Order: sequence, then structure tokens, then C-alpha cells
Amino acid sequence: MRKAGALGAAAIFLVAAALVGAMVGAADLNPLATAAALADKIPFVHLHSGLSPLDKAVLFQIRLPRVVLGVLVGALLAMAGAGYQGVFRNPLVDSGLLGASAGAGLGATLAIVYLGGSPDAIPAAAFIGSLAGVAAAYLAFAATTARGALSGAGGGGTATLLLAGIAVGSFLTAVQTFVLQRSTQDAQAVYSWLLGSLSAATWQQVTSVLPYAAISTVIVLLHGRHLDVLAVGDEEARALGMRPAAVRGIVVAACALAAASAVAVSGLIGFVGIVVPHVARRLAGPSYQIVLPLSLLIGGGFLVLADTLARTVLSPAELPIGVVTALVGAPAFVWILRGTRTAGP
Amino acid sequence: MKTPVRLSGAAIKAAVTAAAAAAALAGCGATGSSTSAPADAARTSPAASASATAASTGAAAAFPVTVTAANGAVTIKASPARIVSLDPTSTEDLYAVGAGPQVVAVDQDSDYPAGVPKTSLSGLTPNIEAIARYNPSLVVSSQSSGGLVSGMTKLGIPVLIEPAVATLDGAYAQIDQIGQATGHAAQAARVVASMKQQIAADVRNAGTAHKGLTYYWELSASPFYSVTSSTFIGQIVGLFGLKNIADAANKPSDGGYPELSQEYIVTARPQLIFLADNQAADGGQSPAVVAKRPGWSVIPAVQDHEVIGLNDDVASRWGPRLPLLVAEIAQALEHAPTS
Repeated sequence: MRKAGALGAAAIFLVAAALVGAMVGAADLNPLATAAALADKIPFVHLHSGLSPLDKAVLFQIRLPRVVLGVLVGALLAMAGAGYQGVFRNPLVDSGLLGASAGAGLGATLAIVYLGGSPDAIPAAAFIGSLAGVAAAYLAFAATTARGALSGAGGGGTATLLLAGIAVGSFLTAVQTFVLQRSTQDAQAVYSWLLGSLSAATWQQVTSVLPYAAISTVIVLLHGRHLDVLAVGDEEARALGMRPAAVRGIVVAACALAAASAVAVSGLIGFVGIVVPHVARRLAGPSYQIVLPLSLLIGGGFLVLADTLARTVLSPAELPIGVVTALVGAPAFVWILRGTRTAGP
Repeated sequence: MKTPVRLSGAAIKAAVTAAAAAAALAGCGATGSSTSAPADAARTSPAASASATAASTGAAAAFPVTVTAANGAVTIKASPARIVSLDPTSTEDLYAVGAGPQVVAVDQDSDYPAGVPKTSLSGLTPNIEAIARYNPSLVVSSQSSGGLVSGMTKLGIPVLIEPAVATLDGAYAQIDQIGQATGHAAQAARVVASMKQQIAADVRNAGTAHKGLTYYWELSASPFYSVTSSTFIGQIVGLFGLKNIADAANKPSDGGYPELSQEYIVTARPQLIFLADNQAADGGQSPAVVAKRPGWSVIPAVQDHEVIGLNDDVASRWGPRLPLLVAEIAQALEHAPTS
């Protein structure tokens, strides 16, 4: 009952956050007219909003794709963070793990420095870089262990993969910094990207993320029960006929895909992937069958709210969204952690 | 027009900050062509520069000369025969005043005029030893990062820091100063006079018919960085009496380079859009690309084809090619709607 309630509340939070995001912005559209224009899009509903063509262009071509992209990115980052936390049985890991962020950063930097940073090149390069970063971390891990299998503890365990990810991440970040030093004039563009932004969101970005989002979400959600069993122990999982290493590999791959597609269109937005899963646990307990879908919903709502703040607090100027997620998220996180640290992940 | 820039301590600090901001924000210049060839350093041989110097001095034999740059009073004992420039604008200034034959090395981002002795030296992260290898008698840069001034001072090599300027007069004063420091004061004065005259003519010819037209100046598109009227660029466009939509977002904290909300840009309905990020190496946001941005078709500038792709390098430097930037703006106004 508590779980259904939490899911319902999270869904309402997501919808409310998206509505707030759609209603406010630098363009100062009339909220009632905006609501009418949105309702007009619902099948069988016909409303005259009174919005001018300019207002409609702002609402439907600029603001709405940004809101939808924010939902997708936040949901994917939070789900990937929760998935990784389950795989590694470690509450401190997040979606940028295993060289994913560093690889994306390197990809984006290469695109900016050597390809002129065209709007098409950066997401593609960041996407490939993120996946390549995770793949490199996995290869580094496999090279250090005899069997390359992800057992829960000891040699060849998940801890080794985490360490391999840290090594690969440091290496890729060093390469990225080196490349940037070769072309210091691109520093501003690169740092803007690293801070994360949804400011140039388009429907095209939404549709390019959607397939990866769908695939990774389905795979991760289907493995919630497996992660719960793994939390008990590899022996118990095997006794139930599961193959722990295979489960971990599949979830890691799906989470890497989710994080890569989010990072490709938004840059490096911190804090969502680590904080939101903890909020979900606080609301509904440690079972991944509930933490994963909750993270998806809360993450989407949280990022839309953060982005709404980013584009309205200093309106018509904007803040980097990474600043907002950490500035608002960190104190909120501490508050949530109050009294929950006995439960564990 | 007459006040030479004399920088107090606070002003230097402000100027250096502005330089950093401008370098970081506006400086999206020669990225594509910044592949460095160390061999290029040999292109201008010391012998050639020495003889050229001897020939070009004469009237300008005013050494030792002391000039007040952003790093304070700098004394140059003799006409510098070997100059290293670590900044694209400084490089352009040096060549414009006629000190080109004395330049032995320029940084990786300097690309104008053609044939400058480009090296892998970096102005942002200067390597003192690498600079010293060129045995310079004068180093010019826009910022003293990485201990450039203190390092060079230890080696007894004078350094001129010529940071990004805040005004046209500041740009003129820098050219004059670089002329004095290199023994080309007279030609520097001629360059400045010619620049003033060209800019004044373009502004005069544009008339007042376009006063009050609104514009959006794009430094980058993701996110949308712009400039306010208080910036160097803003002042230049302001010569034509145009109104800047970014002024609404002006805050001291961002140094005049705000990140604008896209929906604000669209609802502000600018009548002119200037793209300082339109070349392939700087983001490739050409007028055609801008016209295809979702939602932007309602902007008057897009509807009236008043989206102007600038020469990004000229638009991000403060050197002798500024009249070219002014001319680009003037040309755009020729077919702009009158206000």
C-alpha cells in the first residue's frame, strides 16, 4: 500500500513539475492562456487560447521540448544511478560512473575542438564517448581478472570494476584536459557543456533520445527483482537459479545506455543520479522493484523543476542547470538523510 | 578620443578579468586552424627581422622607451628585434603597426595576417621555457596567466600585457602603445587615424534611419551567450543607435556576457541578429542554420533575412580590423528596415 501510494505521489509530482515548467518562463506567457493552449492539444478538446503565433512558437517549439527533454534526462539519470547502486551494492555510485561522464566529456570536447562543435556533432560524440568510457572500464576490469565475471565480492568483484572505472575516468579526463589545452579558445564552449544545459532543447533531441530511453528503461525495470535478490547475496541468488554476473552485466549495460543518451543531449548534470534513488528509498523502502520506477518518476520531476529554476530565477538570463541541481539538491539531500542513515542502501 | 588608457591597480584587475571573460566567452576565433607546426617558427629568420628593423627605425629611435601596460610601467631598452606574441589581437596589432618583421613567434591561436610565424605556444597556459627558447627581446600577451610576467621578468625580458579592452579608445591606445614599444609610433598613429576615419565614415553613412532597431548578438548557441551594451562589442553596435535585447539580462556578475533564455530571445523579437559563432570552427551557426531553429521563424530578423553571419575572428578581437566589423554592421543596416 505504501508502495502504491509512493508511486502515485511520485507520478503526481512529475506531472505537476512538468505543468509548472510549461507554465512559466522568460516569455511571460499568460498562464491561463498557456493552460488553454496545452489543453487544446488533448484529443477532442478544442479551446481557444488567445495566444499569438509568437507565443505559440515559444510554447510549443522552445518551452515544451525543453520540459519533455528535462523529464527524460532526469528520469534516465536517476534510474541509471539507482541501477548502478543496486549492481554495486554501494550507495555512493551514480550515473556518471565507470568512465561514462569522463568519456562523454572527452567526446564532446573532441567534437567542439575538432569538428567546430556543431549542434549535431556534440550529442553524437558525447553519446559514443560515454558508452566507450564504460566499455573501456569493463575491458580494464576484464583484463585484471581471470574470468572477467562480475561476482559480488572478492577478486573479480564489483569493487574491482568500480576501481577500473575510476582509473579509466581519470585517464579520459586527462586526455580531455589535454585536448582542451591544445585549443584554449574553446574553453568556454567546453565548460558550458560540462556544466550541463537544456537551453537549446528541440523535439528532434527528444525523438532521438526516446528509443534508447525506452529500451534501457524496460530492461532495467525488468531486473528490479533480480537486484533485490543480489542484495541478499550471490549464493542466495544462485540458489534461486540466477546468474549474478549475467544480471549485473545486463543492468550495467542498460544503465550505461540510459546515462549516455541523457548526457548526450544535456551535458554533465550532476547530483540527480545519486540523490534521487536515496529519496526513493526514503519514501518506499529498499526494494529495487519500487526504487527503480520511483527514481524514474522523481528524477524526471526533479530535473524539470531544477531546469525551471535555472531559466526563471535570473530571467531573462539563465543559470547552468548543474548549479541548480547541486544548490537545491544538496541541502535537500542532507535533510532527507537525517535519521535515515541507519537503514543503508 | 584623446584619453590614453592609464590603468590603476583596480582598473588592471578589472581589465584582466574582462580579458579572461572576453577570451573565454568571445574568443572563439581560430579554432579550426590551430594545428601548430613548430617548424613555422623558423619562417621568419632572425637575420631578416634584424635587417628589417634597422631599415624601419630611424625616425622612431626613441629607445629606451617606457610604456604603461596592464602590468604596469614597462621599459624597453632598445628596439625589440625579436618579438613573441601570445595573443591573436596583439599579433594583428604588431603587424599593423609595421613590427611584423620583428615578430619571431606567435601563439597557436594567432592566424592573421597570413604567414605569421605560428607556433604551439599558448597564451592561456604559457610555458616560460618554451617562450624563452625563441630568445625574445619583447613578449606581448593579453593576459599574465601561468606566471608569464614574473617568469619573463626573471629572465630580463620585458612583457607587455594588452588585455581585452572595454572601449574603442582602449583599442586605439593599445595600438599606439604597441607602436611605441616596437619603434613604430608614427605608423601606429596612422593606423589609428585611419581606423577612426573608416569607422566614423561608416557610422555617418548609415545615418539615423535605423536608430532604435533591436538586435541580438550571439556568441554561442548552446547555451545562448550574448553581450550587453556595456561590453566592447555592445558599444560598437551602439554607435549605430541600435538597441540590445540582452540589456534586460544585464547583471554585474556576468561581466556583460549573460546567458539568455531562448524563449526570451524569441519573444524579444529582435530585428537584427548578429552571429559571432557562424563559422564552422566556432559552432557553425550560419544564418541558414538559425532560420531552421524551431520557433525562430517568428522572429522579425529571421523573417526579413536580417541574420548576419560575421567574421568571427574580427568580432572576437579588438585589433586593427575593427573597421571591418563596423563595416559588416553598416552593410547589414543598408537593407534593414527603418525604424
